[in-house]
Amino acid sequence: MRSPKPETKTKTTKIISGGLPKCLTGIHGLDEITLGGLPRGRPTLVCGGAGCGKTLLGMEFLVRGATEFDEPGVCLSFEETADELASNVASLGFDLPDLIKRKKLAIDHIYLERSLIEETGEYDLEALFVRLGHAVDSIGAKRVLLDSVEALFAGLENQAVLRAELRRLFRWLKDRNLTTIVTGERGQNTLTRHGLEEYLSDCVILLDHRVTETVLTRRMRVVKYRGSTHGMNEYPFLIESDGISVLPVTSSDLKYGVSNDRISTGVPALDTMFGGDGYFRGSSILVSGTSGTGKTSLTAHFVNAACARGEKCAFFSFEESADQIMRNMRSIGIDLKRWVDKGLLYFHSVRPTTFGLEMHLVKIHKIIKEFGPSIVVVDPVTGLLHAGTTFETRSILLRLIDFLKGKQITAVMTTLTSGSNVQEQTEVDMSSLVDAWLLLRDIESGGERNRGIYILKARGVAHSNQIREFLLTRHGIELREIYLGEAGMLTGSARVTQEAKDASAALLSRQEIERKQLLLERKRKALDAQIAALQLDLETEEQESRQLIAQEKLKVANWEQDREAMATSRYASKGPHEGNGRSTSAREGRR
Amino acid sequence: MKEMAGVPAPGKAEDKMPTTSKRAIKTWELRLYVAGQTAKSLQAFANLKRICEEHLSGEYRIEIVDLLQNPQLAAGDQILALPTLVRKLPEPVRKIIGDLSNTERVLVGLDLQPRQLGRES
Repeated sequence: MRSPKPETKTKTTKIISGGLPKCLTGIHGLDEITLGGLPRGRPTLVCGGAGCGKTLLGMEFLVRGATEFDEPGVCLSFEETADELASNVASLGFDLPDLIKRKKLAIDHIYLERSLIEETGEYDLEALFVRLGHAVDSIGAKRVLLDSVEALFAGLENQAVLRAELRRLFRWLKDRNLTTIVTGERGQNTLTRHGLEEYLSDCVILLDHRVTETVLTRRMRVVKYRGSTHGMNEYPFLIESDGISVLPVTSSDLKYGVSNDRISTGVPALDTMFGGDGYFRGSSILVSGTSGTGKTSLTAHFVNAACARGEKCAFFSFEESADQIMRNMRSIGIDLKRWVDKGLLYFHSVRPTTFGLEMHLVKIHKIIKEFGPSIVVVDPVTGLLHAGTTFETRSILLRLIDFLKGKQITAVMTTLTSGSNVQEQTEVDMSSLVDAWLLLRDIESGGERNRGIYILKARGVAHSNQIREFLLTRHGIELREIYLGEAGMLTGSARVTQEAKDASAALLSRQEIERKQLLLERKRKALDAQIAALQLDLETEEQESRQLIAQEKLKVANWEQDREAMATSRYASKGPHEGNGRSTSAREGRR
Repeated sequence: MKEMAGVPAPGKAEDKMPTTSKRAIKTWELRLYVAGQTAKSLQAFANLKRICEEHLSGEYRIEIVDLLQNPQLAAGDQILALPTLVRKLPEPVRKIIGDLSNTERVLVGLDLQPRQLGRES
């Protein structure tokens, strides 16, 4: 079993390469959602309510054909005169009189006034064919716009003839291989008021505009496209100063290339938290936090660092003016003005409610295309919530992120989380769309409010899991270690106090050690002295003992001498060296 | 452009004031648009000729425009259906489409007969 997606893909390519020839309209986005344009040589029905842009779409189809594809076009206008049409589209930069002069365009205004027409018997609409055929032949047209053919229903009484003739007209257009757009007013329960879809079944495009909370959004849907796959969704589109822009969701692809290049966050300590190198180039980074946590300041660091490297940045601000941001950032030591002056930084500040979401997206697209930045900041994306519903905002952001990723642009987006919200949830629920998420939060303790920062996620990066306290100083952001101790997590003054306490405690213990060492030394010295004294005693005693021994020895010797002398004197012994000497020594040994 | 005047026109109409009174008009200028010699166009021309003879007593001029030969002429009179009869004079310009087989409605269209309240089907 294959999943349905690849199946559609192969089918699409097969059709594009194989069968149905298509005609590029040249309208931004329309060729993407129709996978190559309208069916060539066939009529396409464009229907929708009043003011939804049917005529404009048709005119742009003709003008783009004439100017970009060398396919001249004929407009049969049943409602407006050529002059009216020309002035209507002049605001889009289309110069119809010039195109007409260069034989790239022919406009024929067909007007029927029923009150001045009497129907008397059989007739047909051959003159319509004659006129169209003449116009087509005169400029060699490849494209035709019928706007709006339904006006005939009001001008002619005999509807049966009209229907038959319309059927013949569409057949005729096909036979002449003219790629045609037929516009039709939206009916009550039908696509068109007079059921044109009955005859035009090759391709039907429905235009629509809706007002949601005072903001208008135009949408387009390809209802059917015989013989081709096409984008099924409703796509928002815009009528801008250079024509229609349809915004197809390109996210289904997820085919963008990735970079292993890393770029600094602008805060060295934060780079360290990101494994030492900062963000991946081309990734999308979300910075979320409650108000006043320093989101803009953090992004300003990133921008500053990028501009210093010579990269271009586009800063989309939905809350502050460029001047205000620059002034505020100067207070933390970041001078963004010089980058603006150098042309490296572009500010686009606009209130989110100025226009609808799509318009914002198109503006962003446009600026990015023209300015070509490598870094984009959106501050804050939640601001866009004011311009549409959460669902729409999410879809817009998805498209924006995909667009930026496709262009390898690093995007930093801030989102404001309200205090009551769960911190780890963004208002537009976009966490899954981004690659890295920095969370800034307040830490309230000891009667003050301090800022903490941590990395909630960073795809593909071994990142720090630590909460750091971050300070906004005159020299920018500084990250501090948060004090983790017995008293829990301490920040701000509490941390400073605790750190001081720790320092004094350390000092105390150092002094204690020194004191103890001193004491030990003294003790050792005292003992040494004692030992010396004892030694002295010992020596004295030894000496005395030795003296005594010597005296005693002397005494004994003297006594022996005396005794011998006495014996000699008494003549008891023979002589001093015979016999007696032995006995004397024997006696001595017994003693 | 073919000119098929039923009767030679007695000079141009001086009085161009729009009026519905046929007596004040000298000449009726009628133009019949067709595309080739189709059955419908022949039918229309025959019907027109007959009606003019009967009701305009010679004070008319019919011009036949074949759009197959001069397609650029269709835009000027805003011709869409064929055949179309255009009453150029007297003003205002009126248009009658179809093969003119319904004489009564042709007369209404040419303002030769007051419009009836209920039209026949």
